[in-house]
Amino acid sequence: MTDIVQPQPWHVGNKEFQSRLFLGTGKFPSLASMKSTLESCGTELVTVALRRADLSGGEDSDPSADIMDFIDSSQFQLVPNTSGAMNAEEAVRIARLAAQVGMPKWVKLEIHPDPRYLLPDPIETLKATEILVKEDFTVLPYINADPVLAKRLEEAGAATVMPLGAPIGSNRGIETRAQIEIIIEQATVPVVVDAGIGAPSHAAEAMEMGADAVLVNTAIAIARNPVAMARAFAQAVEAGRIAYEAGLPAQSVTAEPTSPLTTFLDS
Amino acid sequence: MSFVEMFNRLPAEKSPLLGRFERMLESDVPLEILAADSQRLTRQHFGKTMRLFAPLYVSNECVNVCKYCGFSRNNPIFRVTLSLNEVEREARHLVTEGFRNILIVAGEHPKFVSNHYLRDCTARLRDLVPSISLEVGPMETEEYLPIVEAGAEGLVVYQETYHRATYAEMHASGPKRNFDWRLECPERAYTAGFRRIGIGALFGLWDWKSEALALAAHTEYLLKHCWKASLTLSFPRLKPAAGDFDPKYPISDPDFVRMLCAFRICFPQVGLVLSTREPQHLRDGLFPLGVTLISAGAHTEPGGYTGAGSERVQQSKGRKAGSHANGTGGSEAATEQFTISDHRSAQEIAAHLKSVGLDPVWKDWDAELCRHE
Repeated sequence: MTDIVQPQPWHVGNKEFQSRLFLGTGKFPSLASMKSTLESCGTELVTVALRRADLSGGEDSDPSADIMDFIDSSQFQLVPNTSGAMNAEEAVRIARLAAQVGMPKWVKLEIHPDPRYLLPDPIETLKATEILVKEDFTVLPYINADPVLAKRLEEAGAATVMPLGAPIGSNRGIETRAQIEIIIEQATVPVVVDAGIGAPSHAAEAMEMGADAVLVNTAIAIARNPVAMARAFAQAVEAGRIAYEAGLPAQSVTAEPTSPLTTFLDS
Repeated sequence: MSFVEMFNRLPAEKSPLLGRFERMLESDVPLEILAADSQRLTRQHFGKTMRLFAPLYVSNECVNVCKYCGFSRNNPIFRVTLSLNEVEREARHLVTEGFRNILIVAGEHPKFVSNHYLRDCTARLRDLVPSISLEVGPMETEEYLPIVEAGAEGLVVYQETYHRATYAEMHASGPKRNFDWRLECPERAYTAGFRRIGIGALFGLWDWKSEALALAAHTEYLLKHCWKASLTLSFPRLKPAAGDFDPKYPISDPDFVRMLCAFRICFPQVGLVLSTREPQHLRDGLFPLGVTLISAGAHTEPGGYTGAGSERVQQSKGRKAGSHANGTGGSEAATEQFTISDHRSAQEIAAHLKSVGLDPVWKDWDAELCRHE
């Protein structure tokens, strides 16, 4: 029997990962707190908003610390995100700028014209994916939980699809469950559930459903103890994955009756 | 329906959300409960962060006569419009302080503060400052276009008072007298391509609950009609300024906090601004409760950070004796728009934010990211 208790490596693009917990880097109470959280939960992939990075090559004495000084790019797969982009053109520009300043040619596409709910624009996301894949970027698009869009992105060469469980920062859990189940069923690239995951139990739920990974930010960043919360998420992600691989029992809507209804068939 | 039409139907016709908002302004709703909700929602949507910005006053020339404003045309104050080199000198100082988000502020003057001057200011600062917004007299959409093209990200315009009769009384002459034109300014700015829109009311001119309800209605409208813009709300309270205006409708500290919490609860994702008009103890108390964008170490006069332009300052003629003007010009500092109350430096504010578990965010946008290729 295979030892399924040991987490199995998996891949995004041409890169192998052990951890299935991706972390975002916004909203932390300090950059030092963000750094210690990243380093203590076993995550191997972190996203960072290029809008917050210093693109000017500022001096070390600068009082406004640069977020990039707090992320060890040799330890983590750094994935710049395009947060703030309103359309494909802006997202493509941000990805190219990130590459120009020496970041990896990986990009988490976040194209949200609506700054209120930060819901992703499907049309612009597909356009940007098509352009960036041709330029050899590893593209991780953040999308609404739309199975057809997920397939279209896959065909366009996206390395993953990242459907939302609920709007960014809402902590409401996997509200799009039925649609994510279809995405997972149909996907040939990893499915990373992103956004809305507000508790370790939500992360475990996504992993039990068969998601390949989850991305968490707000719930960890605003916890009273972000390091401890990140560990709790890491454990939940691992537990959910093991449960998925072990084979969860099918759910039934009715209890098995203590007085069976079909015993007459036995006579 | 335009906002003017909707505004004209207030307060008789209002949405359920505005009804909830109005209810929260009543003193029998426990403030502690509002504060707890406000804090929770702020942390959920903005994290443990606080964005910082600095105002950069480029001109205190103004053609409007506004009874409460230090820059009012009739005040015999020391006036100057900074040259582009002087604007850059001021901005370089602010960048050294840590700021990456600057609000260019000017009086309304078609000759000294034209849209071309503001375009040139923006263009001059663009490579130095990642995020530039403006708080200047309202313009037509077409007049904004070159400023947006030059790299400006945000436009701030306060209605001052949403009460028509008070507005007419306060704005005695000048283009600012046109209430509706100002009311529709945020939509023109949005059409011109500004990504951030700031609105607000100047508290003290009229009954605070009525102002708050109108501001909430404006917010609700803009969130629907200018849905791609990030919206910020400001609640400046009238401060002493040249002209010695005495606000007739002051809002108390507890009511101010109540109002801010009500805005946060009803509009959880909207940025709430708090300037150095407010005193230290109140600012420190509000930082954890709902505010998301603050100024620090601010000067409200052109050249205030470095003395830029002081050799060209001239005292303007006016009918009123200016309590803040006491000379005839030449090597005098330009007169400030209002007196600030929180005198801590930017670094002192940042240190305080860190001590209460909030990350001071100096930079969260970069005009470079959307520069057209």
